[in-house]
Formats: sequence, C-alpha cells, structure tokens
Amino acid sequence: MRLEVEITGKTFRSAAGETHEVLAPLKFALQSGEVGVLIGPSGCGKSTMLRIILGLDHDFAGRVARPPEARIGMVFQEPRLLPWRSVEQNVRLAAPDVTDAKLSELFRILELDAHRSHFPGELSLGLARRVALARAFAVEPDLLVLDEPLASLDDALAGRLRDEIATLVASRPVMTLLVTHSLDDAIRLGDRLFFLSPRPARIMQEVPIAVPRAQRNDAELGRIRAELAALPLESK
Amino acid sequence: MLRLLSFALFLAIWWIAALFVGGAKLPSPPAVLQVMIAEASSGALFLHLGATLARVILAFVLAMSLGSAIGYLMGRVKLADRLGDPWLILLLNLPALVVIVLAYIWAGLTEAAAIAAIAINKLPTAIVTLREGTRALDRSLDEMASVFAMPRWRAFRHVVLPQLAPYIAASARSGLSLVWKIVLVAELLGRPNGVGFEIGIAFQLFDTPRLLAYSLTFAAVVLVIETLLVQPFEARATRWRPRAA
Repeated sequence: MRLEVEITGKTFRSAAGETHEVLAPLKFALQSGEVGVLIGPSGCGKSTMLRIILGLDHDFAGRVARPPEARIGMVFQEPRLLPWRSVEQNVRLAAPDVTDAKLSELFRILELDAHRSHFPGELSLGLARRVALARAFAVEPDLLVLDEPLASLDDALAGRLRDEIATLVASRPVMTLLVTHSLDDAIRLGDRLFFLSPRPARIMQEVPIAVPRAQRNDAELGRIRAELAALPLESK
Repeated sequence: MLRLLSFALFLAIWWIAALFVGGAKLPSPPAVLQVMIAEASSGALFLHLGATLARVILAFVLAMSLGSAIGYLMGRVKLADRLGDPWLILLLNLPALVVIVLAYIWAGLTEAAAIAAIAINKLPTAIVTLREGTRALDRSLDEMASVFAMPRWRAFRHVVLPQLAPYIAASARSGLSLVWKIVLVAELLGRPNGVGFEIGIAFQLFDTPRLLAYSLTFAAVVLVIETLLVQPFEARATRWRPRAA
C-alpha cells in the first residue's frame, strides 16, 4: 500500500474576504511500514494538510492517492472521544471488528484496564490521549495518522507512550504519518522526516533515517541529532 | 416530603378560600372530590380522560417526529433552512385558535382535523429547538466519525443523537405542556368528548365543581406522566454529564 500526496496549492478565504495561501506546492509519498514525520512551526498548515489527506477537506488543488479500502486510524490533537460513551464503547464504536483478546491486549499495553467503563469526562488528558491511541490502533489501520499525540504530556508519560507507539507500529505493516513539534519524537519514531517551512507550507528538506527504529540507542540518536543540526533548517 | 407539605399547603389555602368565597364560585376540596368519585364510578371520567390522552399522544408523537426531522434537516442543510424559515416564523406566530378553527372549517369537525390542528401548534417549536440543537453539533466529532468510516446510522445513533438528546427532552417537555393546553381548546370547539368538551358543558351550566373535578384530574395525569416518563428520560439522556454540585 502506498500514500501519495501531491498538493499544488490550497487557499483559504477569510471572513474579511481576503485570500490566504495555506499550502505551497508539496509532494511526498509513504510506503507500508514507513513512519513519515511532518515537522514544522505552529500554524504552518500541517493540520490543513492532514485534513486534506484524511479526505475531510476537498477544496484544494492537486491530488491525494490512497487505496480506497485503506482503513484509517487517527489520533487527533485533542482526543475527540464521545463523552456519552464509555472508554470501551468509544473504542468499539470506531473498531467494531476488534476481538476481545486484541482489545484486552491494547488496554493492557496502554494501561487502561482500570478505566474500561469510565466516561471520558472522568479521565485526565493523559488517559484520554491513551484512549484515543487505543481507538486508532484497534481499527488495525493501514494508514495511521498521529497529530501531535504527545503534546502537553509530561516527559515520562510522553516517553512511555512513544515507546508504545513504536511497539504498535512495529507489530504490523502500516503507513504512519506523525505530526510533531518535537525533534526528539521525530528521530525516535520516524523513518523519513519532512521539514516544513512557515506558512504557506512547503517541504524544505526530506531527511531519511536509515538506522532501524529498534537499533536507535542514545549514541545513534546523538549522531542523528548532530547530522540534523548541520542542515540549514529554519524550523528546528 | 417537602413536595407533600407543599401540596397540603395548597389544599389548605383552597379550603380557606372556599369558606370565604362560598360553594357556588369555589367549592371546597371534599365537594370536588365527591364529583370526581361520582364521575369515576359512572365511567364518564375515564372515557373523557382517555379520549383526551389519546389525542395528546397522537398529536404529540406526530409533531415531535415531524418537527425533529424538519429541525434536523434545517440545521444541517442551509437551503432547507432558508426555504423553511419564513414558514416557520408564520407558524410560530399563528394563534392556536386560528389553526383550530381553520382546521375544523376545512376538514370538518373530525378527529383528524383536531389532531392535525394540535400537532401544527406544537410543530414549529419542535423545529426551532431541534434546529438549534443541530446547529450546536460538534463538528470535530463528525470528522472523527468520518475518518473512522463509521456507517451513517451508527454515527447518527452514537455521535449525533446523544448531542441532540437534551434538545429533544427540552422540546418534549415544553411541547407536552403546550399540547395539554391546546387539546382542551380543540375539544371545546369541535369534539363530542374529552376533558375539554366536559369543561365546555360545565362552563355553560356554571358548574364549578364539575369543572374543577375534570381539570384537576387532568392536571394529576399530566403530573404523573411528567414524573414517570419525561423526567426519567431527561435524567438518562444526561447521565454521562458530571453532576452539578
């Protein structure tokens, strides 16, 4: 499976009637098993790009090719759970085919066992984020989109969730698109990093990371960081 | 307990007032109770109450289902909203009496005319409430349902309907009270039975005990339906909300 994105432009008309260019021409592709990371400054148009890729916004020039049968798992910036359904129901409604065993395993990995029957309003943000992750993984997606899934979590929890994402991504062939501010998340999870310019966004630099995820120890990560530091990038 | 006390206070005030005003204008509680028992044992009370209740249920269900569907459509589709809005404003401001009289003139003094007239009175408020509810739907949850490819019906049932439930409950409650009031007018003007018909007779005879007997029994039925049906539905629809302190 393959995701191909070729956007030639996206403009947005404000309430005042002015036209703003949100996305400049940009092009990239993603294969099954690959984690692509979009890194860019706030407000550069990443969310707009995601909405186009997810098929929520059709008002753009260009094309997005993804297999029509591709199942999508998405972790939004805010968890977007149904407040009137329990944690378990939230996951099952998005993933009706999930088996009990698979669900139990996900809840165990994400440490949600004790919260199955809770309503989202009773959860902390960290827990709600984990439910959103469980929901995205439960659908066994072909395309997994993570929009800053670790933002505003403390370092320890973010680190653990990042490891869990790595485990889950490794467990099956999935095209993953991660949007993040954190270079650390990017180099720990990504196979290819796309550095975006400020608005209107274009890809300034595409950086592949050849070392497999599992072999990225501290020394290796340090080396990657040093390599990135040598690149002429505005958006780090 | 407090409710009982409040009810007892009401009875006491009524009784004292009856003593001052005199039995012809305001009969005492036992006098009214006597009429209630007499009407109940002859079966007339239940016949009229039943007829009125049947009309209320039919008109209410008709207006709620039609009004909810139209309101949802107007909240979702801009064109429907713009086309429907002038009609809505007209209906909202049309006096109930006009609708009832016209219905009887056009469709005859029939059951269908009565029920349609009552339903038309309730319809616009149901539309307005549900349109507001639909406009307030959380777009981000719609997007979530769309990304996860939820089938239309599942998304409607689990994403949309729970958001509309408080609006449906509010509309049902205000609608029920509106229908209760209008059904009696419709019966008074053009039906040969029902509580409204009986009240019409009592009015012609200046028979206050009979008038009170029917209207108070009717009020009691309303109270029972409100506590046993409407309030539990409201509580259920909002049970996921954190409770107010």
